[in-house]
Amino acid sequence: MLKAFYHLLVRDLRLAMRNRHELINPLIFFVLVVSLFPLAITPTPDALQAMAPGVIWVSALLAVLLSLDRIFKLDYEDGSLDQLMLSPNPLMILVLAKVFAHWLLTGLPLVIIAPLLGMFMSLPAEAITVLIYSLLLGTPVLSLVGAIGVSLTVAVNRGGVLLSLIILPLYIPILIFGANAVDVAMHGSSVKGQLLFLGAMLALSLSLAPLATAVALRITAAR
Amino acid sequence: MWNWIQRFSSPKHFYSMSVPLIKWLSISALLIGLYGLYLGLFVAPTDYQQGESYRIIFIHVPAAWMSLFVYMVMAISSGIGIIWQIRLADMVAAASAPIGASFAFLALVTGSLWGKPMWGAYWVWDARLTSELILLFLYLGYMALQSAIDDQRSADKASGLLAIVGVVNIPIIHYSVEWWNTLHQGATVTKFDTPSMHIDMLIPLLLMALAFKLFYATIVLMRTRNEALYRDRNRRWVRELVEKL
Repeated sequence: MLKAFYHLLVRDLRLAMRNRHELINPLIFFVLVVSLFPLAITPTPDALQAMAPGVIWVSALLAVLLSLDRIFKLDYEDGSLDQLMLSPNPLMILVLAKVFAHWLLTGLPLVIIAPLLGMFMSLPAEAITVLIYSLLLGTPVLSLVGAIGVSLTVAVNRGGVLLSLIILPLYIPILIFGANAVDVAMHGSSVKGQLLFLGAMLALSLSLAPLATAVALRITAAR
Repeated sequence: MWNWIQRFSSPKHFYSMSVPLIKWLSISALLIGLYGLYLGLFVAPTDYQQGESYRIIFIHVPAAWMSLFVYMVMAISSGIGIIWQIRLADMVAAASAPIGASFAFLALVTGSLWGKPMWGAYWVWDARLTSELILLFLYLGYMALQSAIDDQRSADKASGLLAIVGVVNIPIIHYSVEWWNTLHQGATVTKFDTPSMHIDMLIPLLLMALAFKLFYATIVLMRTRNEALYRDRNRRWVRELVEKL
């Protein structure tokens, strides 16, 4: 079982490495969207700071959303998804491997580039640290919950808008607590509550989302 | 027992069974609703802080309650449809979605109409209004997914699963009242031991809630009948029905 998890993870990472430019696109998108906001307003440090947590978090949300397709789309098109479902290993574990690969390829780079964006938005150093923690806890949830949406829409033609329609409402709690943590850190208060809450949501989605994704994949495959 | 459920939940049986139900449910919804409105609009005392404009709660609060209730109905019947493969449950879920979305929309509109004299603005980013808006989005996502998939069986299952996932958001909506300390009033109805609401206001409110529930039951039965007719349009029982006309 662990072996299957490991092999699938390595396979997904290797496939992504063969197609590197596609890997970097969500990252560029993330940086690009965040840098649009200072251009749209008068970029005084105060104004930037006030909107920074929200802007960075919303952009991260959208970047993950745009890359979600990658979890299952290609495997669905070339039929390897059906093969995965025929394998004797529990589908939950395989889903978890694919989602983990997706997070390593999109979520983690977002976390790594976030300090740069924090500087763009003139966030103080302590707020940038909290931004990293909140993204570290929040982006895996985005991948996990997003996987449910992708597995439901992967067979739908032009499912992109549909995917955002059904997934974005489910992202709202993450957005609220993630952005709020950064905001509170900026004003020098304790962010333990927000981070613990993000951690709780991570635990919840880690245990339940793969189950829902597995069911959703079977529904899609039965079509 | 199982046979009985199977027989009872066949669309054909449901179609004929629901006629008297709809009749009595709609009549009682109308009577209770009219009585509740009369009590609420003419008998209930004027609020000493909010004046007459508080009276919109007799529509707003039941609509908000119903928007949550209908989502629960949707999720539960989707679950029944997925687990026990009962087609009628899927039809009920699909028929409920637009009704629930309308209740959520009604709650938002009445909430913002109430907000204008109270807060001085039609829209305030208050926790409960916002969660109601999220609930509306959840309904819209469900309906979008339902209509995007051509095959009826998998459309039902896929959107049903989405409804069940969305139920995770329901407790968040509930606890948002405690999480965000906002402009909205705290919950005033559930405290029966020390009622912070005058009994003459509470009774019409509860009557209206009951009327809304009966109204929903009426509409969902009617919509499910349509759904059954449409989905079984090539089956014999519908053909026989049409030929009788």
